[in-house]
Parts: sequence; structure tokens; C-alpha cells
Amino acid sequence: MQRTVLLAASLALTTGLTAVTAAPVNYQLPDEVAAFKAGPNLEVVQGNCSACHSADYVKTQPPMKDKKGFWQAEVTKMIKVYGAPIDDADVGKIVDYLAATY
Amino acid sequence: MFDRRDLLKGAGLATLAATLNSTKALALDIVTLPFANGERPLVKYPQKRAMIGLTSRPPQLETPFAIFNDGPITPNNAFFVRYHLSDLPYNLDPDKFTLEVKGKVDKPLKLSLKDIRKMKATEIVAVNQCSGNSRGFFEPRVAGGQLANGAMGNARWRGVPLKAVLEMAGVQSGAKQVTFNGMDGPVSDKTPDFVKALDVAHATDGEVMLAYGMNGEDLPFLNGFPLRLIVPGYYGTYWVKHLNEITVIDNVYDGFWMKSAYRIPDTPNNSVEPGTAPKATIPINRFTIRSFITNVPDGAKLKAGRTTLRGIAFDGGKGIKQVEISTDGGKTWTSAKLGKDLGKYSFREWMLPVKLASGQFELKVRATGNGGETQPDTPRWNPAGYLRNVVETVRVTVA
Repeated sequence: MQRTVLLAASLALTTGLTAVTAAPVNYQLPDEVAAFKAGPNLEVVQGNCSACHSADYVKTQPPMKDKKGFWQAEVTKMIKVYGAPIDDADVGKIVDYLAATY
Repeated sequence: MFDRRDLLKGAGLATLAATLNSTKALALDIVTLPFANGERPLVKYPQKRAMIGLTSRPPQLETPFAIFNDGPITPNNAFFVRYHLSDLPYNLDPDKFTLEVKGKVDKPLKLSLKDIRKMKATEIVAVNQCSGNSRGFFEPRVAGGQLANGAMGNARWRGVPLKAVLEMAGVQSGAKQVTFNGMDGPVSDKTPDFVKALDVAHATDGEVMLAYGMNGEDLPFLNGFPLRLIVPGYYGTYWVKHLNEITVIDNVYDGFWMKSAYRIPDTPNNSVEPGTAPKATIPINRFTIRSFITNVPDGAKLKAGRTTLRGIAFDGGKGIKQVEISTDGGKTWTSAKLGKDLGKYSFREWMLPVKLASGQFELKVRATGNGGETQPDTPRWNPAGYLRNVVETVRVTVA
């Protein structure tokens, strides 16, 4: 499958500007391999955070001194700014997981 | 010290092997960016060579820095990728693609890609740089995409001036701004869609462009196929990808991505005391001036004697006047020879032969723009991790 995608992509490149009359793009991302680390309340984190973004968003954040404060602010941002539909009861669990695991 | 280009060549072979034998996106290798928690997988995506993987959904890819030593134009298959929202138009049909121009215009338009390609084309060489490029080097660290210096690239863009399209539509008097929306969107309808705005005067300056071509090819899908906004000299946040909706408005756009996100301190250097919050902010705008040594990585071991240093410089659109090099940690500086001028928005190559005796050296590079702007010795700081342009230092051991 992956091979077909690459062939299609290279064909599109060699045809250059005429690709405007080509078929729909059908761009296929590689499989998502990033996963959340094992930790307390993992399933709550998977159920909430994975809806909008991959686990590497969390994994690549910098190591902070105040882990709990940092992750509390991030989870609050996801809810208040980006409208993440996270139940009130889950917020503390997610923050605890993030602060303990990352 | 490994040679990063050798690593990339090896990665290319690994890619072939992986694609023939597996459907999994295997990490080809691990690269370690030079800051804490800097380990990243080297990943292979369609239309891209091995890139530094930041996130997989939405896809975000950083250019391996050694590529900037290959020439002033960044190849399409090495150009960085940055998205905010995960619902990308993976199945878009270029034949059915429509750009809508609406709002405070006399004649709303619906243009096909063919319509746009029939218009008189223009080209510009311009750097695109992510606002968060180099965020990983901020100290104290800040949240966000933790990038090294590879979220930038320079390409020859081909398309039509936005001005020409807006003239076809007829901007009405009283119009203040133009907003830009692309086909990518949020997964949840509660997440603000990614929409950016420019003042009418900027949008009609003749330089802002709707581009369908990049370095002689169509835009790669992940760089905005089939049409993206080009805003020369401005940070990439304005370069809306998969652009299909342009709206002229008679007020200042107050959507999240302008009003709350992508803001910089409203202070003289757009900087604040590290760790503090600014009192007032403005939308991020033009690039700060930057320069890099591209042929000698930090920590390199060099042979004593003559060596030629090479690199690139760019700024927010005044153009590069001078690049200076110091081999003694910033005590004395020598002007480098500038390469071919590809335009004031382009990377400008530079080179300088130097003679190094045995020992430890701090090589520094500093650019000055035609407007007199230069690079600071100490880093700016702001809570979002934008605008980094401190004088870069490469430490080498010469023997």
C-alpha cells in the first residue's frame, strides 16, 4: 500500500504542472506510531487527547520545573481555547497523568 | 562527530527498504536536537525526503539543518511542514477546487485553478519561516512546537498577485482587512478554524501572492496544494495553505488566530524579561534578521589551517547588506563575501575563508540588513517563543 502511494507521488511530481488535471490527491499519511506512555489514567488521556492530536504533541514538550502547573495550563488551554469536550471529572486525572508521566 | 549528510544518505536507503517490506511508518533513525527532550524520529512522508518528525497528527516536519548548506533554494521535498488542525483535505480534487472571493467586493468571484493559471503569472523567491522556528532554544523553555532551526525554507513561488484577484472582484470603499481561510480545519466545531487577516493596503501591495507553483513544480500537498498565500517577509502563520476563501471585511478581524494567538509583546524589541508576561501585544509580523553557518555543525572537529565558512542570511524584506564572521567569540569581526542576490526576501548565501590554528573556537555569524537592523548578542524572550534571532555560535575544536 505504502509503495503505491510513493509511486503515485513520484508520478505526480514528474508530470509537474499538468498535475492540475489529475485525479483527486488521495494523500495518505504514514500510520501513526506515536503512543502515550503507560501511566495512571492512561485510558482517560487516550480517550480525550487523541481525538484532536497525536501523542507526540505531549511527548515533545520541554521538561519544566513545575510540571503540574505546566500541564494544568495546557489542559485548561485545550478546554478554554480549543473547545476540547473534557468532563470536569477527567481534568484532574489527565493533569495527574501528564505531570507524573512526562 | 557524524556527518549529517551521510546520515541522510543512509536514511534514504532505509526508506526504500522500509517501504518495500512494510506498511508501517517506521522511524528511520533518531535525531537529537540540541536542547533538553530533543529526540525526534526521522520520518518519511509521500513527496518528502527523510524529515525530522515533530508531530504526526496533524503532520509537522522539520527540515534537517544540513540541507541549508546545499544551496539557497530549499527543495520541495525537504521544505518544512506545519499545521494546527488535524482535518486536512487529503482527498481534494484539483479539478473541482474553487477559490471564493467575497465580502465587501463589487463582484464576488469563484475561480477554478484553471482560471487562476490563465492569469498573468508572477514569481518571487521568498523565505517562509514558522513563527515558532527555534522555539526549543528559548530559556526558560516555553510550551509549543519544540523546533530547532529547521522550520524555515526558501523557494521560488509562482502564482498571481493577490492584488490582481482583488481588483477583479473590486474592493469596496471602507474595506479594512482581508481574511484568508484554507480547506484544512478543526476536528471539533468548537475549535476555532484557522483564519488569518492582512490589512487591505498590505493585501494589495502587489507582492502578496496566491501561489500554485513552488520551485518549478506544483506545491507539495503538505505545503498547501493546490494554492497558498505567499506573504513575503512575514512569518509563515500568514501563508495560509489549501487557500479557498478570501473575504474582504470592513473591520479588524477578531478571530482567535489573530486576536489571541500569534501575538508578540508591544515593546521596543518585541521582547520581555524572561519568564514574564507582556502588558500589551500586537500580531506577529515581519521576520527578524537572522544568519547561520551551514557547513560546520556545532561541536565539529576541524583540521588546522585554511577552511571556508559558508552560510545563509535573511531578513523581513529590506535585504541583507552585510554578513560578518567572528572566529574569536565575538571580539573581532570580518565581512563575508555575499552570494548571488535572488531578491530581498530570499536567503542570501555568504562565504568566508578563514585560517584556524589548533584549539577551541567559537565561530559567530552576524547579519546586518539594508535597514540597519542587526542581530542581538543576547536572545530576545517572549512567552510564545517567537522571533529568535540571537547571533548564532558554533563551537569547534581545531587540531
